[in-house]
Amino acid sequence: MILKMLIKVFIFPGFLFMSIYSFLMEYLDRKIYARMQSRTGPPWYQPIADFFKLIGKSEIIPKDANPTMFRLLPLIALASVAAAFAYIPIYSATATFSFDGDIVVVLYFLTIIPLTSFLAGWYSRNAYATIGATRILTQMFAYEVPLFMCMLAPALIADTWSISQISAYYAVHPLHALINIPVCLTGIIAIQCKLERAPFDTPEAETEIVSGVLVEYGGNLLAIFKMATNCELVLVISFFSAIFLPFFTGIAWVDFILYFVKTLLVLFILVLMRATMARLEINNTIRFCWRYLSPIAFAQLIINILVRSVL
Amino acid sequence: MEKKGPGKLSKDALKNLFEKPATTSYMGNGKIIVEKGYRGRLQYNPTKCINCKLCMKDCPTGAITIINEGTKEEKKMKAVLNVGHCIFCCQCVDSCNTGSLTFSQNVDFARLNKKDLTVEL
Amino acid sequence: MSNIDKNKVTIPIGPQHPSLDEPAAFSITLEGEKVVNAVIGVGYNHRGLEKACESRTYIQDLYIVERVCGICSHAHSTAFCISIEELAGIKVPMRAEYIRVIVAELERLHSHLLWLGTACHEIGYDTMFMYTWRDREKILDLLASYGGNRINYGVNKFGGVKRDFDETTSSDVIKTINKLDDNIKHYLEIALTETTLISRLMGIGVLSRKDALKFGAVGPVAKAAGIDYDIRVAEPYGAYKEIPVKLITDNHADVYGRTVVRIFEMQESIKIIKYAIKNMPAGEISARVPRRIPAGEVLTRVEAPRGENIHFVRSNGTDKPDRVRVKAPTESNWHGVQHMLKGGKLADVPITIAAIDPCYSCTDRAIVVNTGNDTKIMDWKQLRQYSIDWYKKEGIDIAALKL
Repeated sequence: MILKMLIKVFIFPGFLFMSIYSFLMEYLDRKIYARMQSRTGPPWYQPIADFFKLIGKSEIIPKDANPTMFRLLPLIALASVAAAFAYIPIYSATATFSFDGDIVVVLYFLTIIPLTSFLAGWYSRNAYATIGATRILTQMFAYEVPLFMCMLAPALIADTWSISQISAYYAVHPLHALINIPVCLTGIIAIQCKLERAPFDTPEAETEIVSGVLVEYGGNLLAIFKMATNCELVLVISFFSAIFLPFFTGIAWVDFILYFVKTLLVLFILVLMRATMARLEINNTIRFCWRYLSPIAFAQLIINILVRSVL
Repeated sequence: MEKKGPGKLSKDALKNLFEKPATTSYMGNGKIIVEKGYRGRLQYNPTKCINCKLCMKDCPTGAITIINEGTKEEKKMKAVLNVGHCIFCCQCVDSCNTGSLTFSQNVDFARLNKKDLTVEL
Repeated sequence: MSNIDKNKVTIPIGPQHPSLDEPAAFSITLEGEKVVNAVIGVGYNHRGLEKACESRTYIQDLYIVERVCGICSHAHSTAFCISIEELAGIKVPMRAEYIRVIVAELERLHSHLLWLGTACHEIGYDTMFMYTWRDREKILDLLASYGGNRINYGVNKFGGVKRDFDETTSSDVIKTINKLDDNIKHYLEIALTETTLISRLMGIGVLSRKDALKFGAVGPVAKAAGIDYDIRVAEPYGAYKEIPVKLITDNHADVYGRTVVRIFEMQESIKIIKYAIKNMPAGEISARVPRRIPAGEVLTRVEAPRGENIHFVRSNGTDKPDRVRVKAPTESNWHGVQHMLKGGKLADVPITIAAIDPCYSCTDRAIVVNTGNDTKIMDWKQLRQYSIDWYKKEGIDIAALKL
């Protein structure tokens, strides 16, 4: 029983599966992005090669930085992603772990990642990193509220706070998912903002503040941070598709393939958004999130409360 | 005029997914392709050379050296080019009155040793 | 983070920074995200090319002058050639003048496409960056097959041009620029309608008409502020005396205006190339110029893609010039940058700097050596010895290394 649990947590569908899928997703992200720009793009092994190259590099810690925190923060980021992944349903409507309220736990884990990035930037004691860190926090205030409202709106109809049960509910009543279409669209923009990808990549704007919080990181610490970012991509997309794309057949392997189809579809939309827009300024990001995303998500919340009383 | 809005490039981006990429990998086809009129490494015809050394005088970087190893009557001409100094302006080709210097389309000069860059034409 | 003054932070942009193509140091003082002061430091790229020109013959100087700027190489060599031809009193054949104009306008196309790409890259619009550079590559291929190289084409020589513009070349040029015309129309449409792009460019780096005149801005920076000044129109040279050039101006006076001006200028360039190919007279392509140039002074102005190029040449009757002075357009646009940066946001600093299309190595004419207590001035031999000793101290013997 414990062994089975450990396998589920660490190997499949846990940490190992997530990391391998994150490499695949990074490859597809870069490849599709490149093809949209009329470039050839990297070969399939490029993300893995990058990872192992970084692992082999020596570790340099700035003189002013706090070495313990500097080393610990990438691990915390990766650990929080891995912990959150256990609550996401992969090959069926039920996840490895689930209890009533795990949606809040996952959202909480998702908040830890930008916080670790912020602390990483702050502890680097570098001008660029500090500006990147403040931008990360500012951006968090922009997307946090619309993202939470977007993710919680479907939960209201399903009348549960568990991701697995939300998935199960919509698997039984797929037509009810149509009510969530507006919030699905705002949600996909909110997760783009959360993942800090263009047009919301202000915190790591390469041409402005070099690479933001990660400017002092290098070697294996950077490798772990990069891996955490890629795993975050997998986590957020899986989370999104579990809530908004509720298509399950009940057969494990078909659902597993469906999972890939759903997540890659979401990835494709995210890449298309990344490719076709210029980077927004931080104040425009906040204005956009609060002027457009929040009201739509809030209206959906009210609608869903009304709909629930009817259903 | 179209309406203003974000994501105006999506049509091009989606179109490009199904078209051939504009980039190729270096030496992807096995050889470097250069245009027809491209100025590459110099070629030297010692039989035409009259040892006027105008090319040496006009060369902006002093890359080319013309040496007569024989006597004045029985010439044995030799041209030495430092490819590391040459900027491929081909002023020597223009200055040459007899046409003993021409340029080729050979552009593959990378060598591991600095000494290998000085070549006899 | 040692330089915190209350709530002001000074961050360096440069000498090494991803948004700069060449080294230049900008010291930006921030209050939050707002720029309150900007100090510009240049002088990292001084190459001593004016002095180098004085110690070489005119023929050798042509290649130095051509390499003043990598992008507007033809504009510089044209200016130098016109100066020498005027000193020697040579009349250049009209066909050569037309060929010079065609190459100059092709160069303007590739320079503006390059600028559009880098500007889009600065604001994180990488897809546009890739598209414009893909199109620019076609022009570089044209220039390589006609001129002989992608960047320093070496088309000009004293008294004319080196190669004739034959039928196949002109049909290639027409074919490529017709295709490019459609693409540029599309880019213009995107620049006018894409909201994320407009929000990043509109109202950024404003240099009003009054300020542009005060700081002496030239080229697209001045044109975007509504100043109708272009050497091709104001003081036509070569074949521009015969070719009609429409002057492009805009009233935005900001980065957006500079973008629009450059895109319209590209369309105008395409028209000029088509006109020039159609009306190109037959005949010789070069005249003979003596090696020794008569004594005299001349000042030439040429419209490069970035603005006006000023070349001054003083000859003393030998085959070497007495003095060569090159003023690149960046030198004029430079002074307004500080004014543009102040009051803006940190996010706008890279695009504001990029908007003048800076070329630091064309501009730098001096190095500032800061002689503090820990600074030493060494010549080449001393520097070499110092580096050998330094490595020896680290335990590496350079002489024993086998490479």
